[in-house]
Amino acid sequence: MKRFVFLALILALPAAAQIGDTNYRLRDAGQETRSREIGKELRWLGCQNQSIEDSDAPLARDLRRIVREQVEQGASNEQVMRFVHERYGDFVLLRPPFNWSTLLLWATPALALMGGLFAIWRTRRRALPAGPQELTEAERARLARLQGDTRA
Amino acid sequence: MSERAASGDRKANGVAKPSRRKLMVYAPLGVAALGGLGFWAMLRGMQDGSFNPRGVPSVLIGRPPPEFALPALEASSLPALASADFRGLSGPVVVNFWASWCAPCIIEHPHLMALQRQGVPVWGVNYKDRARDAQSFLSRLGNPFSRLGADEPGRVSIDWGVYGVPETYILDRGGIIRWRWAGVITTEIMSQDIQPLLQRLSRA
Repeated sequence: MKRFVFLALILALPAAAQIGDTNYRLRDAGQETRSREIGKELRWLGCQNQSIEDSDAPLARDLRRIVREQVEQGASNEQVMRFVHERYGDFVLLRPPFNWSTLLLWATPALALMGGLFAIWRTRRRALPAGPQELTEAERARLARLQGDTRA
Repeated sequence: MSERAASGDRKANGVAKPSRRKLMVYAPLGVAALGGLGFWAMLRGMQDGSFNPRGVPSVLIGRPPPEFALPALEASSLPALASADFRGLSGPVVVNFWASWCAPCIIEHPHLMALQRQGVPVWGVNYKDRARDAQSFLSRLGNPFSRLGADEPGRVSIDWGVYGVPETYILDRGGIIRWRWAGVITTEIMSQDIQPLLQRLSRA
């Protein structure tokens, strides 16, 4: 039994990794949740697929702190996002905005789908008339010649 | 004789099919070759420093730096750095964000020294550092900076959009940010980017 409890504790250990940075938590639970929501939307530029909430880099910690400070001072989610966006640009947003420079990025799934559909349409169109067909005169002649060849 | 005729016939009759089969072979090969070429170019660029996979365009390009006033480095005789210093410049300036704990900063340090010898004002922001460590870094390796602000909390650096040290900016005489490099200054960056830009900006 003791061994089982020990094992269960060991197995539960990775959950502790999710607790993360407890230094700058806001006392107000609602504000903290909101800060976390904002942080999840912001990319930590040092490790490009981590949000600032997931990264342990000192600068990510600073950004988390800034988000919390602003939320505490009553800033809206949009205001905080704008603050960070003004400094770090489009790339900091894990959900990039839709504008001219990100058009291709957003259009890629649709373009890929259209490309795939086009490819299917083309191959099917070509495949359709491939039913049993009469041999042409030239083919029949060639066949006869080939058969003659093997027999010879 | 009949064999020759047959092979000639095969060629004449089935021209469409082998070429399509060839396409099926060469199209993926072509795609793979293009991909390989792109990858090779990327690796070469990373090696000589002209391609930075972490390079993020600075939002501040074409804009003045944010308003700030940093204190001077403790116990150093260097003047402090504030946004007001970027008004009324006589030529382009280089702004370098660094720290004594940052190994790449040691690597790029000789280039900053070279710029200073060349007569280009190099201004520094000492990022999240202890004054004593920063001071010993400068006395050990030499001081390229004519102004140095200490950003111990790191807030001003965030206002500049800095996301790691070293980072280097070039501002024109109007105090407008023209160039940013996030990473180590290499010999190639010096000759291909920094020097031509400084020349262009001093002429303008």
